Amino acid sequence: MGRITLENVTKRFGDVEVIPPLNLDINDGEFVVFVGPSGCGKSTLLRLIAGLEDTSGGRILIDGQDATSTPPAKRGLAMVFQSYALYPHMSVRKNIAFPMRMAGVPQDEQDRRIESAAKALNLTNYLDRKPGQLSGGQRQRVAIGRAIVREPSAFLFDEPLSNLDAALRVGMRLEISELHNRLETTMIYVTHDQVEAMTMADKIVVLQAGRIEQVGSPMELYRAPRNLFVAGFIGSPRMNLIDGPAAAEYDATTIGVRPEHIAVSGTEGKWKGRIGVSEHLGSDTFFYVEDTGLAETITVRAGGDIDLHHGDTVWLSPDIAQMHRFDANGDRIA
Amino acid sequence: MARAVSSRAKVGYTVAAWIVALLIFFPILYTIITSLKSEQEAIAGFDLIPSFTLESFRAVQTQNDYWKPFTNSVILSLGSTLLALIVAIPAAWAMAFSPTKRTKDILMWMLSTKMMPAVAVLVPIYLIFLRTGLMDTRIGLTVMLMLINLPIVVWMLYTYFREIPGEILEAARMDGATLRDEIVHVLTPMAVPGIASTLLLNVILAWNEAFWTIQLTTTNAAPLSAFIASFSSPQGLFWAKLSAASVLAIAPILILGWFSQKQLVRGLTFGAVK
Amino acid sequence: MATRQTASLARLMRAPAIILLLIWMIVPLGMTLYYSFLNYNLLNPAGTSWAGWFNYRYFYTDPAFFDAIRNTLVLVLGVLVITVVGGIAIALLIDKPIWGQGIVRILIISPFFVMPPVAALIWKNMIMHPSYGVFADLAQVLGMQPVDWFAQFPLTSIIVIVAWQWLPFATLILLTSLQSLDGEQMEAAEMDGASALSRFIHLTLPHMARAITVVILIQTIFLLGIYAEILVTTNGGPGNASTNLTYLIYRAARLNFDIGGAAAGGIIAVILANLVAIFLMRAVGKNLD
Repeated sequence: MGRITLENVTKRFGDVEVIPPLNLDINDGEFVVFVGPSGCGKSTLLRLIAGLEDTSGGRILIDGQDATSTPPAKRGLAMVFQSYALYPHMSVRKNIAFPMRMAGVPQDEQDRRIESAAKALNLTNYLDRKPGQLSGGQRQRVAIGRAIVREPSAFLFDEPLSNLDAALRVGMRLEISELHNRLETTMIYVTHDQVEAMTMADKIVVLQAGRIEQVGSPMELYRAPRNLFVAGFIGSPRMNLIDGPAAAEYDATTIGVRPEHIAVSGTEGKWKGRIGVSEHLGSDTFFYVEDTGLAETITVRAGGDIDLHHGDTVWLSPDIAQMHRFDANGDRIA
Repeated sequence: MARAVSSRAKVGYTVAAWIVALLIFFPILYTIITSLKSEQEAIAGFDLIPSFTLESFRAVQTQNDYWKPFTNSVILSLGSTLLALIVAIPAAWAMAFSPTKRTKDILMWMLSTKMMPAVAVLVPIYLIFLRTGLMDTRIGLTVMLMLINLPIVVWMLYTYFREIPGEILEAARMDGATLRDEIVHVLTPMAVPGIASTLLLNVILAWNEAFWTIQLTTTNAAPLSAFIASFSSPQGLFWAKLSAASVLAIAPILILGWFSQKQLVRGLTFGAVK
Repeated sequence: MATRQTASLARLMRAPAIILLLIWMIVPLGMTLYYSFLNYNLLNPAGTSWAGWFNYRYFYTDPAFFDAIRNTLVLVLGVLVITVVGGIAIALLIDKPIWGQGIVRILIISPFFVMPPVAALIWKNMIMHPSYGVFADLAQVLGMQPVDWFAQFPLTSIIVIVAWQWLPFATLILLTSLQSLDGEQMEAAEMDGASALSRFIHLTLPHMARAITVVILIQTIFLLGIYAEILVTTNGGPGNASTNLTYLIYRAARLNFDIGGAAAGGIIAVILANLVAIFLMRAVGKNLD
């Protein structure tokens, strides 16, 4: 079981309130991603749940039990750190065994769990190496292995992929998702990368300045961002946000149109512009269209085989049905 | 900067570097050579090839009771270092892993105690030692050497402990380690190299200390530094014997020192240069 | 990561070291200050009386005092110049690709591990002795009159000994700093057409600034307290020619048994050391953060 509830949880460092009173429900077996720009308080929130920081107010419930002042070791949670935090003087086997040793798990049970974790994580051949002799991806797996063998009620991940290169990151992302499918254990995952959030999460929590901006499934956030911040943060490339007369036309202070919701044509359309940079990726083509008379450069996604290039004049037409409208406060107009 | 250098240039650099190195090392080398000469050879003019006699070493041991100051040096340097470590390890641990706003100030203040000239407190320390019967005792001098090196020991340990990432200790805490487990299984194994370096450097500093050892001892507790200083003129102790005594006094520390070059830089610069 | 329990535990763990050093700093210094206002001679302890500023005035009017201050400064500055300039030069040399770099390093670092009395005795008897020293042998070979170093150039001789002891320290630290210099930066400068000299002035020296600062600061602390080298070689003489402040105070306390006078000298030494420290810290402070 791994149901975690935050009730009015607050954190202050001295006089600075990094997390104003915050409420959140995490259901058993859910994959929850905390996402937000650096400094938004997502890591602090994770550390509060872990017990590595004291709360300044409010309650943390784990499976209905008040765990606010329970020491980290007693919360039944496992954490994977950004730096992996492996013990450099211990072999991989000893690293993975450490939490079980601390918990007094019998030796044969330890061996069994190490074997199965090593097999699942492709570490069988590396069990007798020291962390210093492993690659970044392998270290990451050891850290995950150390978490798995504890059989925790929830896993906490603190930006676990940020030290890996791009290709490895995609691979590890899949592995973690598969792990979640297999274990069906609650996972709380912190990242600043919205792609990770979109691809992995059952539920995304978007944070800014310690405040929750929106909670929802990836597609809910994509389809109906509650405000300008979420609109700009979720989706890649970024949503085009346009204000001024072009927005007023739709009774909004700002309108948002995702690049994939703009049709591009060489002959006719609503907004006329000129292609600045064009990126032909094969499957897709991205145009950065300038001189449209709108405030900023408009990003457009088109098909892979479109024959338009830098300097060409184009016409853009937004898909009105997929347009997002925001009021003067930046909130969504329903 | 891996790059090909012409071998002619390398020969040139090598020759120059070796000449400089040998010039700097020469006084030590010549002392070693002289210690292997007989007294007549020693004063017979410049000669780099001794007769390899050990008579001076034997004479130093029999006539001057060399072993007593040697034993004192070992006891004082090891004793004061261990004492300092006992006090400094918890302090450095606390400052590295649980820093407060004042930690930096405390460290700077500790450093500043090192700037206090020893001679400024010569009078009271001398009188205290005279009146409490600590004069010329090993225990008194051990405490003294511990106090003067304590700031360096705290600083060195602090810079080493700081390099142990806090996340690892947090990981241990998440893994269910108690404070005791954390210290025994995680912190100590990771800190041992740093502690060993600190110990090594501090033994060297204590061994070579030559102000308080001379001021606060006469015969009983005198370590080698005080013992050697009493031969300020070579009367009674001749050139070869003086050389033998010198070699015996510096050899252990010279060898230790060669192994601790890297740590030396760190330790003596309070971690400012690594 | 500081949770409440660890914070109070940390306070407990810091306490012994802080308290010990606090006592070590306050008690003897307080006693020195107190004694400095007493007429107190160990040969006549019964005659102890309040002296007011007498001890300080005595020091101020004693010509030996000004000699000692001057000698202290000359000693510190002389050694600093030799070790920093020599250290940079040697560090640059052994940072080049050479055969046997490890052994060269060991040879060069060795003098630092020689205890001060031994260093002084080696130089006094093996090297600088007017009849049996290597310098005398050398002079004979060249057909010159051997020099009686400690009689004719006492302070210079001590500077040479002390510089020999500290040159390895400066070299080692400057070499460490030199080795952390970014090779790509140097190559970029080379591509930009900078000559070897201008690369040294504009890249190497600024990179070493911090290390040079540290060398100056730390050596100054130790050099102000030079004692054993003087005791073993010249005893501060001839006259006061090689007496520094440390040695002067030692003489007052231990040879003249003048507790009050030595204490006043000690206080002056503290003030001087602090002046130097503040001056140095300020002049070079920006390099230390």
